[in-house]
Amino acid sequence: MHNTQDVQVPFGPQHPALKEPESFLITLRGEKITSSSVKIGYNHRGIEKACEERTYIQDLYLIERVCGICSHSHATAFVQAVEEIAGLEVPRRALYIRSLIGELERVHSHLLWLGVAGHEIGFDTLLMYTWRDREVVMDILALLTGNRVNYGMNTIGGARRDITSSQAKAVLKAVDTLEERTKYYIKIATQETTIIKRLSGVGVLSKKDAISLGAVGPTARASGVARDVRKDDPYAAYAELDFKVITADTCDVYGRTVVRVLELMESYKMIRQILKDMPEGPIAVRAPRKIPVGEAVSRYEAPRGEDFHYVRSNGTEKPDRVKVRAPTLANVQAVSKMLEDRYLADMPIVIAAIDPCFSCTDRSIVIKNSVSRGSKTIPWEVLHVQSIEWYKEHKGIDFSGLNKKYAKNFKI
Amino acid sequence: MIQALFNILIFPGVAFLFAFSLIAEFVDRKICARLQNRMGPPWFQPLADFIKLLGKENIVPCNADVRIFKFMPVLALAASAASFLYIPLWRAKAPHSFDGDVIVVLYLLTIPTLTYFLGGWYSRSVYSMIGAIRSLTQLFAYEVPLFMSILASALLANSWNLSEIAQFYSRNHGLWLFNFIGFSVALISLLGKLEKTPFDIPEAETEIVAGSFTEYSGKLLAFFRLSLDVEMVVGASLLAAVFLPFGIGFTPAIGFIVYIAKVLAIVAMISLLRTLFARLRLDQMITLCWKYFAPLAFLQVIINLVLKGVFFK
Repeated sequence: MHNTQDVQVPFGPQHPALKEPESFLITLRGEKITSSSVKIGYNHRGIEKACEERTYIQDLYLIERVCGICSHSHATAFVQAVEEIAGLEVPRRALYIRSLIGELERVHSHLLWLGVAGHEIGFDTLLMYTWRDREVVMDILALLTGNRVNYGMNTIGGARRDITSSQAKAVLKAVDTLEERTKYYIKIATQETTIIKRLSGVGVLSKKDAISLGAVGPTARASGVARDVRKDDPYAAYAELDFKVITADTCDVYGRTVVRVLELMESYKMIRQILKDMPEGPIAVRAPRKIPVGEAVSRYEAPRGEDFHYVRSNGTEKPDRVKVRAPTLANVQAVSKMLEDRYLADMPIVIAAIDPCFSCTDRSIVIKNSVSRGSKTIPWEVLHVQSIEWYKEHKGIDFSGLNKKYAKNFKI
Repeated sequence: MIQALFNILIFPGVAFLFAFSLIAEFVDRKICARLQNRMGPPWFQPLADFIKLLGKENIVPCNADVRIFKFMPVLALAASAASFLYIPLWRAKAPHSFDGDVIVVLYLLTIPTLTYFLGGWYSRSVYSMIGAIRSLTQLFAYEVPLFMSILASALLANSWNLSEIAQFYSRNHGLWLFNFIGFSVALISLLGKLEKTPFDIPEAETEIVAGSFTEYSGKLLAFFRLSLDVEMVVGASLLAAVFLPFGIGFTPAIGFIVYIAKVLAIVAMISLLRTLFARLRLDQMITLCWKYFAPLAFLQVIINLVLKGVFFK
């Protein structure tokens, strides 16, 4: 129903609440949202296609840059798939190192989320505090890997850097600090009146809906679905670690907050276990340059949920196909459901509560023709010809001689 | 004549008020930053922001009503600056005063909110219009508790003249303590008037960009921002005059220092409150104001009526 009282409000692609360009078109009646639609695809970077043009080792660096926050998740998921095809036996120490970096990454991602959530509900003090404490884990990651993000810790067949005992000591010290701070945040998130007022009962996603819409990660776990790849399909060192899958049954944004802060505590527990039980030995095996023919699917529990990678090889040093499905793609479908009958003021926090990472999600663009309402697909060959023509006409550069292989195929 | 012009334009009029407003904004921002574990701006930052905005391009949206769009920031500034003249600052008497000026001051302090509404509404952008409606809705929620708590104080003093109210309370030592509920309610309502967290609903950045001010830029935005700062100082001065009546009897020099300290203390309380809470939703804010603050203000009225019956027959 559309009547004169309804106002359409564009929420994005450019909006202060969104950290990345995405479009949510909402219809408002007063302060109430009557309908909403999600449109993704503003941030397509062509990473999957670019992977096919590079060797496996080069792909590793590219895949790591799918996401700025969960870079280790994507890199690990990718190497796991490649290792499975190549039949490599990864040393146990390397698996432990991967888990360690993975958990530290989860810690920094969840602390980041808590700050963003605070900002979305206008509680900037929480943002400043959590981001200050997040520096502790960022420093530790920089100490272990040399980088604050995009750690470059993985290689096909193992890890690239070893963890020394002095580094392990520094990590344990940092974890103690973080644990103490996290306890304080748990207290704030579960006791502060205005936070509870703004979060509980907002963005409800029932258990049934969470399952049917395929929600993953903390979003699903807050709706009572105990879905965690680390438990369901253990990879790296998780089969040997002792941890709980945190769930909540409130099904709202408050539940998602509680799940995330409690997961932080589980992560600290796991980091201590990993450092205590880390086996001695080599950290990598030698991987072949050419990966044999085959295909593999790899799953990884990123901070935002299940990260899914598919790799198909054709016996050369470059993959035939790489497919990445970031957790946000699984969760973003649920946003419309969560926004039903909510207020405009709840919109930012409901979107933020799935911890969206849109540029990781965007894989391709479908441009709707506004006149005929149909969609048009432009094949790769036509696009290639068009781009060469465009540069010839507008910039006076002729790229047609650059790539001989394509020139031959497409008869320019 | 020259004395009157000096009073209006320089001291304690417009020039002093603008300078003090910028200082108050600095104090607010610095305290807020230190409470949030940040460094905060240097002391001249508000002035630098103001000058920078004055030098920026003025953009008027093509759908906007040009005259109203351009007139509103000036009106907001004029209204809040005018109300300053009726508030007793550190002398026993305000620069201008007459019977019933408390009503005029409260009325003049309402005008800025109306200009935010009109300016936002005539910007003709969705965010501005939502922000405009929110400002007006919020106005109806906080205005009643604010008026009632200030009028309760006036009731006890048996006067509608701000200068006389201040004199009454400085004559009767300790009587101002009975107005504590009224002071708390007025302080929280002031947060709503100044559109600060937890009542920054009309300009909620993550929801509606900047609310009414979304389309404003350059000089016009500079005036709107200055008018918010002026409103903060005038509001704090009003609260100081009505609820914290010390320092009026002293010599002007000491009285001046006490006045500055009182206003900055109220500004500090505002900064503290806005770092403590998350932003409320509009419906929650209205419920809060009508369900708790309006009855509390009413309680203050009753207390003062009883006091009046007992002590000042």
